[in-house]
Amino acid sequence: MPEPIKIRAVQQGDSTEIRILLQHPMETGLRRDQASGQKIPAHFISTFTVSAHGKVLINAQLNTSIARNPLFVFQSKGLQPGDRVRVAWSDNRGEQRADEATVVAA
Amino acid sequence: MSARHTGDDRLRRLLIKSTAASAAVGALCAAGLLKPTRVLAAEWGRSGFAATSLPEALKAIGAAASAESGAIVIKSVEISENGALVPCEVISSIPDTQSIAVLVERNPMPLAASLSFAEGVLPRVRLQLKMAESSRIRVVVRAGDGKTYHASREVRVTLGGCGA
Repeated sequence: MPEPIKIRAVQQGDSTEIRILLQHPMETGLRRDQASGQKIPAHFISTFTVSAHGKVLINAQLNTSIARNPLFVFQSKGLQPGDRVRVAWSDNRGEQRADEATVVAA
Repeated sequence: MSARHTGDDRLRRLLIKSTAASAAVGALCAAGLLKPTRVLAAEWGRSGFAATSLPEALKAIGAAASAESGAIVIKSVEISENGALVPCEVISSIPDTQSIAVLVERNPMPLAASLSFAEGVLPRVRLQLKMAESSRIRVVVRAGDGKTYHASREVRVTLGGCGA
């Protein structure tokens, strides 16, 4: 079971800051295991979406060159404290994870 | 008011299109014709991520002839001691920014991320890159009229991030 997504959405005036921590190894496929010398296969999040009110706000496509356990920060208008923000990712092995958070006042 | 309507229409069309496409894919999956991971990989490869050189990647995302723009701000460190985690912030002031693509020019696969924004989302993002060696970070912005713009910024890396 993939690690949960950490989401924090804070209202800042008329926009909302959405901080997303995707907990994932983000293996490039170029690294070798120290002991065996075998290549470690690529394992990375290839797409994720951020949505609210049933609509997609952000659609992201990623490559292996995104850091391990990466943090993303976005800002959006049209959200209010109490609204739910949903983040869903899928990786190159077909694993998936989705989590939600509530927008809070600053 | 009219600008808002066109924006909504565009998003609606996009959603309708993607819904229809995923319904079709879903049907094929159910019929056992396609494996979900395969479909995703094919989709992903087409959009320039598999490209191994900057010109190839730019061509794949349709940005081979983008115009340099001062309306894109790239914030990052000047020197990074650890290429495994290079923070980067991109802010676009280009009107009607639809998407932001981030490329690390000298990485084995330059295209690092492609982000598209619905109306209401501010055209800015903070993310964390891996960098194999010192390189320019190039950002490509696509506007609503289909035109592409770019800006770049040099980041020096003292310890590469490919082995990390």
